[in-house]
Amino acid sequence: MSADFLFGIEVIINGLMAGVLYALVALGFVLIYKASGIFNYAQGVMALFAALTLVGIMEGQVPFSHLINAIFGTEVHHFGWHVNAFVGIILTMVVMVALAWAVQVVIFKHLVNQEPIILFMATIGLAYFLEGMGDLMWGSEIKKLDVGIPQGGSFWIEENTAFLGGDDFFGFFIDRLDMVAAGVALILVLALVAFSQYTKQGRAMRAVADDHQAALSVGISLNFIWVLVWSLAGFVALVAGVMWGAKSGVQFSLSLIALKALPVLMLGGFTSIPGAIVGGLIIGVGEKLFEFLIGPMIGGATENWFAYMLALVFLVFRPQGMFGEKIIERV
Amino acid sequence: MFYREAGDFKVSYKDDSQTFPIAFDRFRYYAVIAVAFLIIPFVINDYWANAVFVPFLIYAIAAIGLNILTGYCGQVSLGTGGFMACGAYACYKLMTAFPDVNIMIHVLISGGITAAVVTLFGLPSLRIKGFYLAVATLAAQFFLIWLFNKVSWFYNYSASGQINAPDRFVAGVQVTGPETEAWAKYLICLVFVVGCAWLARNLTRGSVGRKWMAIRDMDIAAEIIGVNPLTTKLSAFAISGFFVGISGALFFAVYLGSAEAGDSFGITKSFLVLFMIIIGGLGSIFGSFAGAAFMVLLPVLLKNVLVGGLGWDTALAAHLEFVIVGGLIVFFLIVEPHGLARLWLLTKEKLRLWPFPH
Repeated sequence: MSADFLFGIEVIINGLMAGVLYALVALGFVLIYKASGIFNYAQGVMALFAALTLVGIMEGQVPFSHLINAIFGTEVHHFGWHVNAFVGIILTMVVMVALAWAVQVVIFKHLVNQEPIILFMATIGLAYFLEGMGDLMWGSEIKKLDVGIPQGGSFWIEENTAFLGGDDFFGFFIDRLDMVAAGVALILVLALVAFSQYTKQGRAMRAVADDHQAALSVGISLNFIWVLVWSLAGFVALVAGVMWGAKSGVQFSLSLIALKALPVLMLGGFTSIPGAIVGGLIIGVGEKLFEFLIGPMIGGATENWFAYMLALVFLVFRPQGMFGEKIIERV
Repeated sequence: MFYREAGDFKVSYKDDSQTFPIAFDRFRYYAVIAVAFLIIPFVINDYWANAVFVPFLIYAIAAIGLNILTGYCGQVSLGTGGFMACGAYACYKLMTAFPDVNIMIHVLISGGITAAVVTLFGLPSLRIKGFYLAVATLAAQFFLIWLFNKVSWFYNYSASGQINAPDRFVAGVQVTGPETEAWAKYLICLVFVVGCAWLARNLTRGSVGRKWMAIRDMDIAAEIIGVNPLTTKLSAFAISGFFVGISGALFFAVYLGSAEAGDSFGITKSFLVLFMIIIGGLGSIFGSFAGAAFMVLLPVLLKNVLVGGLGWDTALAAHLEFVIVGGLIVFFLIVEPHGLARLWLLTKEKLRLWPFPH
């Protein structure tokens, strides 16, 4: 087999791995959108916030230390202890649940029955708020997140695939972190499906997603379900934050992955969990392949916009996305 | 007390449908215009021009443009930064290709070019709606910025990839380039702002504006009563693009002087202008001004108080600004979805009755 062809396959495999990470973020969007009709722009920032909080807790940072130092003229920065990754993740989850509760009580309780676009803009406001809050609490420098996930290329795969090509082919390079991420994403999706199919709360959640008023009339508490859904989205954000944070460091650009998840959603449909996964894979493979095949001809760095253009062209032909419910409008 | 309508008789339809039907309102408006044209240019200095007045005026144009699209026609756009870049690069190419033509004409033509580009990106709006469309406009944002960064024809093959505004004169007075006087920058922006606001106000209260609002309130219903969605939506995109293009051209040529697509017209600019119209008031020309003033003044104020007054770190002040802006967006959406413009209207209603509320 020619080396170019094998490189092409490697690009596709890496695209699939990247797609899994996009799908992880997109999942959080779908969960909230299905249950409450809110298009949560803040999902990416939630991932950033979760990752920042996790690092902060593990390192034993004092929250708001810069602010405290500026106001009181003190010099606090660390508590001086280190928390292990598992406890750190649990504590971060507690913070995310508290955040979900606060978001529901402070913001969206007051915006029930508003137009979707108003809710969307409220989540943009929330995104800004959280971004500033995360930086205020934990500082804005780039942080390293190490929760014990193996990193770097897998030598085993490289060695065992090197025979496929000629002398200039050294085997497929696949990051172990990406493989772990793919595995985690798979487990996460299975767990979410099991949760929504086989538990009482999951059934209630699906009922709310189906029809708010009918759910309310059979005694399901909308407030509780919405807090639950925001907590779940916070959990997904935490997982995505850990994966992306381990991959490229915890920094501001992490919140931009939300923007990458948007075309994934448009492609897959806003209301479909399988759609988020398939959309993520298509976008991941598509942008890597486009950059590999067409990118050199038109100057490279096409990954910035290719996903959007793909989604845009796709939407013109199928406005509700691949797996979305048909949009029916009545006057 | 202030808003006396007694004695203010309307004797023709023209009187009845004028923009400011109350005499006091009208005179106050003339007074503001007079102060803006006759007093401020003589007292303005470099700091006030660069930190407050010029950005305020330019953002006001952009906010009017976005307000036409989002506030009046209901099509949310997150591509404002990219469209402003389009105006800026169009203006740059025109300024360098035709150095003898007056810059005011260049700015207007850049508006026209941007209008064409925005209309192109508005085409999907006929098929997709709501946030699908909002996300689709992100495609425009990222694609345009990438285009201006990668295709060197747009920046005349300069090594730095930047565009720099050459010196240009209007009636013998320098308006672009590093040696421009503060008052000249201010005045050229003011002229465009007054022109744009006048145009926008009259468009939005005419039949075009009513069609936009019908589409915004419910597009299917509007279609049934005979509003053509194709021409209405695309005209909103085109006119919005015209204003945004003008503001982009001025932002580059008059305010920045040199620009680089990714830095000056990134996604944050799109959100900034969107926040201006949310805080100022969706569907209101006055709201565009109020929002632009608010978003320009807030960082200046925070910087002066926190960094200058309390001696805090600039980064800390910037983070706090994020928190405050985000909080305010949510606050306004909850308490007053129509923004500052609505508050202003309520104040006026109160003042009409004051001091005898019954």
